[in-house]
Amino acid sequence: MPREEPTGLERFINGVLPENPVYRQLLGMCPTLAVTNAMKPALTMAAATAFVLICANVLVSLIRGSLRPHLRILVFTLTIATFVTVADRFLAAYVYEMSKELGPYVPLIIVNCLIISRCEICASKQKVGVAAADAVGMSLGFAVALASIATVREILGSGTWLGLRALPASWPGWGIMVLPPGAFLTLGLLLGAAEWATRARASTGLWKTVRMLWSWRH
Amino acid sequence: MGEPGKRVGYIRDAWLVVLLALVFGGGLAGVQRGLSEKIAENKKQETYSVIPDLVEGADPGKTVELVVEGRDGKEARVYKVFDGEGGHGGWVVAADGQGFADRIEVLVGLDRELATITGLYVLEQKETPGLGDYITSESFRSRFRGTPADTALVVVKDDPKAGNEIRALTGATISSESVAEIVNAALANVRDAIGEREGSEAGADSTE
Repeated sequence: MPREEPTGLERFINGVLPENPVYRQLLGMCPTLAVTNAMKPALTMAAATAFVLICANVLVSLIRGSLRPHLRILVFTLTIATFVTVADRFLAAYVYEMSKELGPYVPLIIVNCLIISRCEICASKQKVGVAAADAVGMSLGFAVALASIATVREILGSGTWLGLRALPASWPGWGIMVLPPGAFLTLGLLLGAAEWATRARASTGLWKTVRMLWSWRH
Repeated sequence: MGEPGKRVGYIRDAWLVVLLALVFGGGLAGVQRGLSEKIAENKKQETYSVIPDLVEGADPGKTVELVVEGRDGKEARVYKVFDGEGGHGGWVVAADGQGFADRIEVLVGLDRELATITGLYVLEQKETPGLGDYITSESFRSRFRGTPADTALVVVKDDPKAGNEIRALTGATISSESVAEIVNAALANVRDAIGEREGSEAGADSTE
């Protein structure tokens, strides 16, 4: 008997936090590290990835009955590449500055493993509604992850958030946070924090831990 | 592989891939058709905004876009640049060619006599992030400033010894060479056309 597949709601919830693509699955590391030096490029990347993921998941789910096992990866890649090209052209036409700033990272969405893994794990096996819910959940999870890293990097590195001043103008701006090492440092620390929070919750329950720490201090 | 029946099976299996390829191809052609004008307009605006960096003292509002016939028989885009007082300041030549990863589009600024390169700007590139994409950096582009426009540029790995030598980016020799070759080819391509044009215009305004 095949194992029962998760429902749309479960897929959606899983994508956001429990199976977060960046913090729990470590997928899509290239954009995670490369475009999170500020909020605007990070959100643009998250939106473009969401568009591609949702379109690819829905389309693959619609044609899942006709997929041949040995040709499925080819079909996934073809589908993803098409939607990535559409996203790339739209960015170049309507958000030209951002398109220039993201440069090759937009075409590189094609090789974001998050997308092909969702086509393989969910969309090629489940109904359209579930596949769409899964894609939206995963996209939200990816956006949350990129935004969290970009928030730390932009505030500490430039003293701004989404281009608005977040720290006093006297803030020196830690240049390293905007540069590649800042991406690795931030990702590592946030990944550690996410892991710690998960474990704390799994063993004793997060709130129990907090209460314990509280009572220990008094 | 040799069994004919099996081969027909393979082809039958592939109908979905073939169909999708055709549908997607058509769709992308439509997207390109719908958006190419807007993208070209964005690029043109960017071109005008960077002209003052390519030719010192240039007034983008006074720039005249010319289409000349290059040596290769194709149309080439050239911008005749004027300063704030309307005096002829120099030229900007649009050029493109194959880079390491994809096509690279550049703008080359030239002085009035087409003797010296006064600036370089990379309009579009998809070179390797962290290596080849440094062709867009000021530190690389400034290596072209002041080099002769009538001698072919040569990319070298050490500090340049001659005026026409450009130091390559570390780890991105091919990207660096591609840019130099695109510049060389573009200048050779339009030099005569601009010269002819100027010659015919010189009679009209002889008071210079």
